Amino acid sequence: MTEPPRLAVIGAGPAGLAATLAAAARGVRVTLVDAGQGPGGQFWRQPAPELRARRPQALHHQWRTWKRLRTGLDTHLTAGRVTYLTDHHVWCVERESAGFTVHALLGPEQERPVSVRADGVLLATGGYEKVLPFPGWTLPGVITAGGAQAMLKGGLVLPGRTAVVAGTGPLLLPVATGLASAGARVVAVVDSTDPRAFVRRAGVLVREPTKLAEGAGYAARLLRYGVKAVMCHAVLEAHGTERLEGVTVAALDRRGRPVPGGTRYITCDTLAVSHGLLPHTDLADGLGCGLDGSAVRVDAEQRTDVPGVWAAGEATGIGGATLSLAEGHIAGRSAAARLRGILPDPASWAPAARTRTRLRTFFTALDSVYTPPARWAEQVTDDTVVCRCEEVTAGAVREAVGGLGAGDLRTVKLLTRAGMGWCQGRVCEAGVAGVAGCPPTPGRRLLARPVPLGVLAEAGDEGGAGGGA
Amino acid sequence: MNPLDLVRARPDAAFRLTFDGRPIEALPGQTVAAALWTAGEMSWRTTRGSGTSRGVFCGIGVCHDCLVTVDGRPNLRACLVPAEPGADVRTQEGTGHHDD
Ligand SMILES: Cc1cc2nc3c(=O)[nH]c(=O)nc-3n(C[C@H](O)[C@H](O)[C@H](O)COP(=O)(O)OP(=O)(O)OC[C@H]3O[C@@H](n4cnc5c(N)ncnc54)[C@H](O)[C@@H]3O)c2cc1C
Ligand code: FES
Repeated sequence: MTEPPRLAVIGAGPAGLAATLAAAARGVRVTLVDAGQGPGGQFWRQPAPELRARRPQALHHQWRTWKRLRTGLDTHLTAGRVTYLTDHHVWCVERESAGFTVHALLGPEQERPVSVRADGVLLATGGYEKVLPFPGWTLPGVITAGGAQAMLKGGLVLPGRTAVVAGTGPLLLPVATGLASAGARVVAVVDSTDPRAFVRRAGVLVREPTKLAEGAGYAARLLRYGVKAVMCHAVLEAHGTERLEGVTVAALDRRGRPVPGGTRYITCDTLAVSHGLLPHTDLADGLGCGLDGSAVRVDAEQRTDVPGVWAAGEATGIGGATLSLAEGHIAGRSAAARLRGILPDPASWAPAARTRTRLRTFFTALDSVYTPPARWAEQVTDDTVVCRCEEVTAGAVREAVGGLGAGDLRTVKLLTRAGMGWCQGRVCEAGVAGVAGCPPTPGRRLLARPVPLGVLAEAGDEGGAGGGA
Repeated sequence: MNPLDLVRARPDAAFRLTFDGRPIEALPGQTVAAALWTAGEMSWRTTRGSGTSRGVFCGIGVCHDCLVTVDGRPNLRACLVPAEPGADVRTQEGTGHHDD
């Protein structure tokens, strides 16, 4: 009997889980690899089992879908069709003559190397948050909105007592609702979006009634918690010495500039801020997959440009959990067929493809509505740190452009070290580009995770690269 | 309401660890960052350049702002590392290697 083909799925969020179930049900051996302690990704991040939450659904949406995925995963695990590796941080996927090797580092300290062999690879690595810089954004107490949500869902902790949720994008409402329901006093939700932008895209937006109902549901719950939401406003500055003590919020005019005399101070110990999400593309980039803007490029079957590599979910563009599920399902089915040498029949995933088309259209429209104020960079003072790791100020970036003539992000980086620190520019790229006035070209990162030198030295040597799986 | 009551969590007994020598409590399953937040601590690192305070920013292992020293090992991301009973958690200054 011939061995079934092997697929490595990287990421156990909505996309990776849907893909795993679809492929495992169709005669493929799946190894599901994720950095986290349990499945669920960002959307269904679960409290650690030791916390023994008896009603984890109180922090979640679409719980029934999650239960179905969880049960499906368990069934395949028991049957031996899926191997699930938790706490495995993948730092690179290597393409070989016959298949792929996924290189991961194990454990919280990420030092023990493990490699996984597969015939195909499916990237479901999700995204991370974009935050544009403003004075005071490095103060402890200023956190990303999704980070606040992740700490709440995973560790059952709140950052402080009194929170402002600010920025732009659809994530602000669930985060504000999550914080309020868990007992934080959310004093304001501050969104810079101009409501007139919604009106301009109303034609597309009303075609997705469930999404609108979701938004309205959050708004109604916030009202019940007594949370005030304001549009066309932005946080100009976070104040405090050792930690956050308050924020200055300004009303914005039509061009996105603060209205003179339209500012007020709000006392708070937490500012959860977000300006949207960015796709995780490092592994795809390392494999040589092409990008569309900031997302991994895929075809109708969710195949990347590299044969044998699929991508699904927010790695291929930001669009929420339901879209990620649809893409994962399609990718898993396509991979299962092609790895078994069969031509897939797109008619068999037609409902998922329809969901994908609808939601992509919806999120493209939403994306054009939720944009940060056009002139946000003007509010970033010269002494504001824009690259958090290397402590590069906006003044230094402006000097590199104005004084030294840097015309692109790469030159700015070389002249200032912005983006060369621990996070490899993931956090500061959009901010530095905005302050420099350059297009935000995504930086190439050879490694998806920091790797100890010893591991790199041994990488060529399979025996030394630790236990295979 | 607090997060634990919201999801009706019934964790095993809290355990002790120390932060800069002071005892703090953590729940089994929490990360070092979650334990520090529970204890009301928001910052546990000072930067290499200006020596300003930092703590959690992204909460998911991307930003490296939450670096901390645990049992003498510097540069661990507090938002990823599980809290262990008796751990010696310390504020990390600069690179954490006493070389700057
Ligand atoms: C911090 C954060 C919080 C969010 N909270 C919400 C929310 O409350 N409500 C909401 O509607 N949307 C939320 N979102 C949006 C949410 O990410 C998407 O809607 C959805 O989870 C996308 O699904 P996905 O499967 O594409 O990716 P994700 O759910 O992001 O899953 C990706 C998985 O890949 C793993 N991974 C990534 N890179 C590697 C690697 N190199 N090695 C190993 N594993 C890796 C990650 O650990 C993760 O489990 C949040 C996003 C972020 C970043
Ligand atoms: S808070 Fe960003 S890495 Fe820990």
